Amino acid sequence: MSSIKEHFEIPARLKTWAYALIGVGLLALIIGFITKGRGTEEEQVVFIGTIMYNTIFWTLITNASMFFICITTLAMGGWQQSFRRIPEAISTMVPIFGSITVAVLLFVVFSGNHHIYHWLDTNAVANDEVLKGKSGFLNVKFFTIWTLLAVGLWSLLGWRMRQISSEADTAAFNGETGASFIWRNTVRAALFTVWFALTVGSTVPWLWLMSLDAHWYSTMYSWYTFASTFVSGISLIALWVIYMKNKGYLEYTNQEHLHDLGKFMFAFSIFWTYLWFSQYMLIWYSNQPEETLYFKHRVQGPYKGIFFLNLIINFICPLLILMKSSAKRNYTLVTFMAVLIIFGHWIDFYQMVMGSISKEQVTLGWLDFGILSLFVGLMIFFVSKALAKKPLIVKYHPFLKESIIHHT
Amino acid sequence: MAKKKFVVGCFNDEAVLFPAVKKVRTAGYKIHDVYTPFAVHGLDHALGLRETSLHTAGFIYGITGTSTALGCISWILTYDWPLNIGGKPHFALPAWIPITFELTVLFAAVGMVLTFCYLCQLSPFIKKHHFHARATDDLFVMVIETTDKTNVDDLTSFLSNAGAVETDVQIAEAGWWLGRYDKDEVPFQNKIVAA
Repeated sequence: MSSIKEHFEIPARLKTWAYALIGVGLLALIIGFITKGRGTEEEQVVFIGTIMYNTIFWTLITNASMFFICITTLAMGGWQQSFRRIPEAISTMVPIFGSITVAVLLFVVFSGNHHIYHWLDTNAVANDEVLKGKSGFLNVKFFTIWTLLAVGLWSLLGWRMRQISSEADTAAFNGETGASFIWRNTVRAALFTVWFALTVGSTVPWLWLMSLDAHWYSTMYSWYTFASTFVSGISLIALWVIYMKNKGYLEYTNQEHLHDLGKFMFAFSIFWTYLWFSQYMLIWYSNQPEETLYFKHRVQGPYKGIFFLNLIINFICPLLILMKSSAKRNYTLVTFMAVLIIFGHWIDFYQMVMGSISKEQVTLGWLDFGILSLFVGLMIFFVSKALAKKPLIVKYHPFLKESIIHHT
Repeated sequence: MAKKKFVVGCFNDEAVLFPAVKKVRTAGYKIHDVYTPFAVHGLDHALGLRETSLHTAGFIYGITGTSTALGCISWILTYDWPLNIGGKPHFALPAWIPITFELTVLFAAVGMVLTFCYLCQLSPFIKKHHFHARATDDLFVMVIETTDKTNVDDLTSFLSNAGAVETDVQIAEAGWWLGRYDKDEVPFQNKIVAA
């Protein structure tokens, strides 16, 4: 163990990059606020919507890291132990991005911006049978409480998971303490997973995203959102793993682990497509106006290009490029695919949100990429800080050996 | 089919088998095959076998299934016998995707099973020599091909030194044959296994 580089020192170049990206992002935010945030009502909606989908996207994909740790823990997985500090570090972003999300969403809800959430318009709800029926769920009070609870509990339960992982840094376990360590891990992971299912797996996408089209609903929607964020979350983990390998850290992580991450990226891209298609095909086939209103302006309107680009980037590319096992073991190809998948699902979130609040006009432009750079910069800055805080190897974890000898 | 002389070494542990395979290969002997009671991870690498091309075959079968389904349905429903189903266009691609998917899976699965059987020379009525009955139970059986120049006694003691619990010299059919065990060969005859 003497040759293992346990402590990450943040390279100066990484810091510079983070500051530069944050700088560009802040500049875009300020210019966006001046030109759009104080402009006409439509411009304001575009401005807020752009921040909204970015912050929701980044909150959910960083939260997917903690979900990854929890499911592998529940499945008694050992292979991820050699790099588990990376998803742990990424999941420290949940409280930070989560607070931004809460701030933006509560601002929208309390300012009563019914151009974004139509159900905030009390007059419209009073004269609308459908919205009246939904008002037990879609109301300001429930939205606020549930949003706060969701982000709060993700942060708390995730923090407890990271807390217990530190126990394996100091001293070796014997049979008894080791078994109790694994059991406590299992309990904490199960708590997070249950809460994850009640939020990301169902209610949170309904509240935050699906209610943008207040009349429309789809039972696939939450799973679709989950698949989207999980596959990008795995790609983000893969990117950080490859970066750390490049800098000479994570000696125990090798192509075998990369292969498994690649399999996750491949499999969940297919899973995402399965949900995309299940949602699309049933609505296309039954062809009922109250259901097709979601797809009408996406498939036949201005969003057509982005809608099908989304399918090409997120389905055709991973399917064909990641299919061969040698591709999943190739650092360059996995890096390329990870960036492509994250970008693709960012575009997916773009059309999910902006396709509903700016139906006539595709707004993708400098503001979107500026805000994206702000979030990427923040992510790099805080994740590298979190990585430097703890040893990179969970030295005394009972399953570490399983990860070292891992073989696919 | 040609009969050949084989030297058989039996091991009772994977941990002994791997170094033995390495030693036998570096000594220059040709390993005919290793029979194990279960799939042993990494043994194919140790034996120096090339990567299987079964998955490439699977991809080709899958693509064949996809094009068969799409070609067939589009020909039937747009050209040969167009029907108005629920007012949908004749070229109703989304509705065909489930069937296309099913046919892709079916072609790939059936094709791969048959290819696998072909590559392993498995089929009803096709027989192969069993070198040791306990290879199906708890022994790892390494079979080495000999030539006229091979010193069988040397090889036998070499295997024992490498950790074989039991060694044996057999003259047997190297490939497969069509037939019945009870007529051509009684497979498990005269094999008294040391406890």
